[in-house]
This record gives sequence, structure tokens and C-alpha cells, in this order.
Amino acid sequence: MLQYDLVVVGGGPAGMAAALQAHEDGVEKILVLERADTLGGILEQCIHTGFGLHYFGEELSGPEYAARFSEALYKTNIDVKVDTMVLDISADNVVTAVNNFDGLLTVKAAAVVLAMGCRERPRGALSIAGSRASGIMTAGTAQKYVNIDGYMPGKTVVILGSGDIGLIMARRMTLEGAKVKAVCELMPYSGGLTRNIVQCLEDFGIPLRLSCTVIQTHGKERLEGVTVANVDEHLQPIPGTEEYIPCDTLMLSVGLIPENELSKSAGVALDPVTNGLVVDEYRETSKKGVFACGNVLQVHDLVDYVTEESKLAGAGAAKFIRGEKPAGGTVTTVGENGVRYVVPQRINRATDKDVKLYFRVGRVLENVTLTVTCGEETLISRKKRKMTPGEMEYVTLKASVLEKLPEDAKLVVSTKEA
Amino acid sequence: MKYDVAVVGAGVVGALIARALSRTDLHVVLLEKYNDVAMGTTKANSAIVHGGFDAANGTLKAKLNVRGTELMPQLCETLHVPYRNNGSLVLAFSEEEMQHVHALYERGLKNGVPRLSVLDKSAVLELEPHVSGEVVGALLSETAGIVCPYELTIAAAENAVENGVDFIRNCAVTAIEKAPDGFTLQTTCGAIEAAYIVNAAGIHSDDIARMIGDDSISLVARKGEYYLLDKAYGYLADHTIFQCPNKMGKGVLVTPTVDGNLLIGPSALDVDDKEDVDTTAKGLQFVVEKAKRSVPELNLRGAITSFAGLRAHPTTDDFIIGFSEKSDRFVNVAGIESPGLSAAPAIAEMVYEMLLEKTKASERVDFKPGRKAPVRFRNMTKAEREALIAKNKAYGRVICRCETITEGEILDAIHAPAGARDVDGIKRRTRAGMGRCQGGFCGSKVVEILSRELGVPMNEITKFGGNSKILFEKTK
Repeated sequence: MLQYDLVVVGGGPAGMAAALQAHEDGVEKILVLERADTLGGILEQCIHTGFGLHYFGEELSGPEYAARFSEALYKTNIDVKVDTMVLDISADNVVTAVNNFDGLLTVKAAAVVLAMGCRERPRGALSIAGSRASGIMTAGTAQKYVNIDGYMPGKTVVILGSGDIGLIMARRMTLEGAKVKAVCELMPYSGGLTRNIVQCLEDFGIPLRLSCTVIQTHGKERLEGVTVANVDEHLQPIPGTEEYIPCDTLMLSVGLIPENELSKSAGVALDPVTNGLVVDEYRETSKKGVFACGNVLQVHDLVDYVTEESKLAGAGAAKFIRGEKPAGGTVTTVGENGVRYVVPQRINRATDKDVKLYFRVGRVLENVTLTVTCGEETLISRKKRKMTPGEMEYVTLKASVLEKLPEDAKLVVSTKEA
Repeated sequence: MKYDVAVVGAGVVGALIARALSRTDLHVVLLEKYNDVAMGTTKANSAIVHGGFDAANGTLKAKLNVRGTELMPQLCETLHVPYRNNGSLVLAFSEEEMQHVHALYERGLKNGVPRLSVLDKSAVLELEPHVSGEVVGALLSETAGIVCPYELTIAAAENAVENGVDFIRNCAVTAIEKAPDGFTLQTTCGAIEAAYIVNAAGIHSDDIARMIGDDSISLVARKGEYYLLDKAYGYLADHTIFQCPNKMGKGVLVTPTVDGNLLIGPSALDVDDKEDVDTTAKGLQFVVEKAKRSVPELNLRGAITSFAGLRAHPTTDDFIIGFSEKSDRFVNVAGIESPGLSAAPAIAEMVYEMLLEKTKASERVDFKPGRKAPVRFRNMTKAEREALIAKNKAYGRVICRCETITEGEILDAIHAPAGARDVDGIKRRTRAGMGRCQGGFCGSKVVEILSRELGVPMNEITKFGGNSKILFEKTK
């Protein structure tokens, strides 16, 4: 059995940043395990720009952003194994993995960082009536076919769901010569970033149809068309609004789900709202010495925030390995009145730095006051012109404020309409 | 090509008949219209091995169901096909339905079904705690089970080919001409001569019979829709749970599958188009409402996929098996609706005996009844995995991360006799793409492997044959 101080599961942006931070903080033996054949994760197929504006102050493509980290990582003594799939993490942090050069690997780790990312919600979860023709795929799968394999997965496209990958693919397919006929969104608002709606749809004249869904697919072998319909306030199709749109491809961008099957087998507690993990301010999970960061923890819309979060996890793991990380975290956080969730869910009062509370709202909110309260006391109050479910928000809680809180304080992140 | 027997249709019935005939010195060809075996009714049904109490006394359905259910466990063991003897319950929700349960019990006894009993409410709830509290009682059939119908078909075809049967895919029969010693079949892949024909063409067996002037078979395509739920919901039922049958079939059932998922369905709607396997909002809604009557805790958050299949309903209400009145060289095996899967091993046995007697063929001494057990990396111990990878590195590369399917297993599926040629074929043989992400991650890798192994470009690989291509031309 191999012995490592830190095993990082996943070599995407989250895993790489965590490994690099732990290395910088003096952890000596680090192993990164990645199931794809290169480091970089999903960034490798995101060849558009828009990455790094916050973190590097410049606009990079996905592979360029990833290369900043993979190049740095390969200059260190951090061990990397690509094409390696982790099968299991035991109760005592023994990681079992498999590849076609070592065979079965077992690694005993003092600390583990979970950075497995997320997956796309598939068609089956939607129960769209109709045929099982080819040409129905998630936007991410289509993105891989176009950007990595170099093949067109369709010529005339309807996109269901206005998540960011769907928006990006609307533009990408258009640039490659396909006709994107419509982006249909079930909700009355988009699930994607405003900048993507402007740059990927509006700039190309692609219609975004809100409160609209696909109710049937047509075509026996290859998809031939879809029937769309408007939905009412209960999200049910409105009879009489059906419209047939001929197309050979239906792309789905209907949500991302953190890939926590390994975490579950390792016995780590999950947050039922995010489907991610319950963590403290250093992203330590309910299990001692097991940390998590990136989309496995909560689905992000900007990689810059993933990097920030992952550095915290790497620093936390380094502290844990040195025996300096305070355990527990007795202050809890919760979202209320429009705030769907808050990460981290637990905070150590005696933490050594300011803590950013990340959250998302459950619907579009305009002209509201965002507050962080503890009992009767308002710790933070900010006016917000607009908040949307598609954009992750944060507020910063000063360490000096935290240390004055009672031990079992419950922090409530909430909104109030003006 | 000249054959002794041409079996038309590689569903579960055709494949098992071809395998049965491969025990003899007859030269057999198995013709399939689609790109793979098990593409019709076989791939979309309830996957149930029925006890045999439902069919009317004295029918072929009754006789062959009871015999098939008896043969199934050993057959599945020999062919390494997942089968579980989980038993079935027919629930009654009123005294009137309870009378029906008693009638089924009596009918079952007359059909020769062993291990039947009538349970009261508490006994039902003890066996199945998630069944509705409104249940009054039930019929328990202990010999009933569940099986994977397409895996049974794949295994049977594989074993038949290993024993010398020729399998020809993408081969649709378009006309049949009488020849001095049999027939000439005109097909989409040329003329094929055969002394005997077994018509196992499923929903199209009436059309095939008509090609020799036999218009005695009248079939109705009856659509059934299903939901498949995640393994996390498999705990809701251990037995196969039926409701009291009606004139359109056995009603909506709730059952575990051999893979541990939960299956609910089917609806029953007669359709005109024999290729219409579209799911409908109405049909799926019907299935959910009916299934909730049996198991109220069901909810669709666990739905992985939905699908529809067609049953070949004979207007006579019984299986049609025997020599055609137009030719004693042409065997009809038609109208094989429920309990067709359960009966399939017995149907194969019956057709085998008919043709053995007719042709005076002799049994081969070198018949291999079993197939090599397929590698299932996910079910292996650490030591087994180590040994496997040491022998072949391809088993160390995980392609489908949700179901832990390795490249080695996918290569096996492609290179097996009557192996996979498309993405769905890989999925049915290995489970790659059947998990939570439904092929979102592994789909493109499977296309890549198929392209490499079959020596064709990626944009010629299909989902399930025909024009179901996945990719168009290369990007600019």
C-alpha cells in the first residue's frame, strides 16, 4: 500500500488548486488522481474565453486557465496519475483506484480532498414523451464532440434549459454553421449568467423562450423535430400553445448534479439542497481529514470562485496534516426567505481569517436588502438591485465579527424586499 | 447461401429456437432486420417470469408458461444470464377482487402451477411492507421470477453462433418464394435458400406468414409504456407486484429488476403503426397512477428513463405455434405476447422437437450448452480484479464511471459472437451508459472505441443501427 500525506481525487481546476496550495503550505507527499487522460477537467473542452477575469484579471480560455495550474503543478514534486479511476474511499482514508498501468492501487492518505466535479442532469429525469431517436444529448456531451473530437453532433438544434453550458453551446454550434432554432427555458427566468445570455444568444439572434418546455420528441431513428409548449405558473404545459419545431438535435442544459457517489460511500454528510457536501470554512467535511471543493461541493458558475474555494481546502488539508486545524465549527449558517443555501454550513469561531459566505437565491429578486443576522443582531446589511438563481453571490464575514459570536451562533442569510 | 433452417427474427424466441436447433446437425441461419438481437418486443417488456396461473386452462399459453418457468432457472445458469426467483403477488383491493384471486388460484392449480397460495392482508404486508394498506389479500406464486430479457437473447444468440449458427443482421425479409426443396427468401442482403423457415418475427410475424400466402394470423400491436427507477428505489418491492388482471392484460405491475432497479408499467393501448414505440404523456401518467395504487410511496424523482414496447396480441388470444396450413416446411411462432418471455424456453423446446421429428436430424455430440461467463468487473473482489488486470490491461481502464464498466468489457461485447455494433448494443451487453448520467460522460468514449474496433469513422457509428447516427461531418 502506498502512503501519502494528501490524496486529491480529481485533477480539474478544483483538485489542481487544492494540491498546489497544500504544496505551498509545506505538505510533502501529495498524489492527484484524475480519471481523464489529462489534467484540467471540464475546462479542457471549454475553448471559449471568459475564464480568469476575477482571479487573474485577464480573460483566458478554459484550457489556458487550466494550463496555468497544470504547468505549475508539473514543476513541483506532486505525483499525478491520469487515466486513473478512484473506486472507493474507506472509513480510514484508504483510497482504492484502478488504471491500466498500475492495475489496482491502494493508497493510505492522512488527508483527502474530494474534487470530482459534477455531471449533467440527463433526459430520463425529465420524462419527455416521444421516441428514443439519436440526436438527444446533454450540452456538455455535445461540447466534447465539437471541441475535443472535432465532429458536429447536429445541424439544426433546439436547446432545452438555459444553463450556462447550453448558452455557450448555442453560440458554439452557430459558429460551426449549425442553426440553433430556440433555447427553451421552463422557468420564467434563465438559469445562466446574464453575460452569457447577451454574448451567446442576443448577439446571434437566437430566441430565448422563457416559461416554455419540450413536451415531445419526434423521429424513429435520428431526431426529426420536437414539440414545444408554453407552461403555466405551475410549470404545466398550456393546451393550445404547442408548436412543432423541425430539428435533428435536442441539447439539454437542465441542471448540474455534484458527483458524490464516492463521498457517500466514504460516509460523508450531504447537503440536501446543494446535493453537495456539508463543510466548514476550510471546506472540511463531516469526516475528519476529508475536504471538498469545486463543483462536487456546490455547483459554481465561475471557475475563479472554484479556485478560491479550492485553495481554502488545500490550506485546510495542510493545517490538518500539521495537526493545527481546529476541529468542530459550532457556528452554523442557514439561508432563509429566498436564499436557497449557504456554504460553508459550519464555521469555527476561532478561525484565523475572514470568511466568505457563498449562496444562491431561489428566484429572481429585485431591490432587496440582503442581511446576515445572528439572533436579533444584524451583522451585515446590503442593498441589492438584482439577484438571480443563475449567479452565485457572497458576503464576507470579518474574523473580528466571528470571534465575538456565541459558541452555537446560528447565522441567517436572508433577503427583505424594500 | 443454402440452409436447412432459416429462423426469421432474433428476439428472445428466435434466438432460443436457433440455439435449440444448434444442438442438431441442421445448418441454421438466424436473420434479423435490425442491427442487433433483441430489438423488438424483447427489449421493452416487464422482464418477468410468470408463475403460469393467468392463462386459460388448456391453452398453449398455459402449458408453455408453466414449462418455460420450470426451464428458466437452469437455462439462465447455463448461459450466465441474471435471473432471480423473487416470487409474485397479485393484490386484491376488495372482496370482489379477492374472489378473482381465488379464481386465479384454482386456474393455476389446473394449469399445473406449483407453490401457489392465497395470503391475507397481514401476510401480504409482512412480505411487502411498502404495499398499500388498502390491500385485502393476494395470490402468492413462489415459482415466479425476474430475468433480463435482452441479456437472455444476447446469450442465446452468442451460444447459437458458437455452435455453428450463422447470424445475419440488417437483413429484412422482403419476399418468400417456394422452391423445390423449401424456399428462397428475398432479403435486404440478398437471396437466402432454406429448406425450412421458422417465423419468429414478433409483431411482424403475420406479415411474414402472408409472404407464403398464409393469412391466418391476425395480430394487434398493443403498446405498453414503462418507467425505470433508480436503484435507490429498489427497496420498494421485493416480489413482482401485480393487480387483478383485466381484458387488456395483467394490469400495471411494480417489480424489481435483476439489476436492482424498480420497473413500473405497462400501459395498454392498441396502435396501428407497428414501429410506434414513442412514449406518451398520457400513457406514462396512467402507469404512475396505477402503480401508486399498489405502492403509494412511489415517486418520479427516481425516474432514470421511460420506454415503450409493443406486444404482438393475437386476436385468438393464444400463442400460434405450428406448421402453417400453407406449407409443412414453414413453422409459425406468432402472437407471442405475455407470458412469451416466460414461455420462450419451452417454445424453443417445442419447435426443436417439431423440426427434429420432421427433418429426422440427429443430435450433435459436440454441442456446447453454455457460453463463457462475461466479465463483470463491478462484481469482482479485489483479488479477482488484480488477476484480471494482470492478464489484460484493458480491464484496468474504467470507461463508464457510473456503473464501473471497463474498456475490456466493452471490447468483449464487440468481439463476442453476434457482438455489439452500436452504442445501445454496448449498453445492453455491459451496462455502460445505463447509470445516473445515462451515457453523458462515457457515450463519446464508447463511440470512439466502436469506431476504432470496427474500423469505421466515428460519424458512422449509430445509436441502434439504421439512420440513428450520432455525429455528422467533421467540424471546420
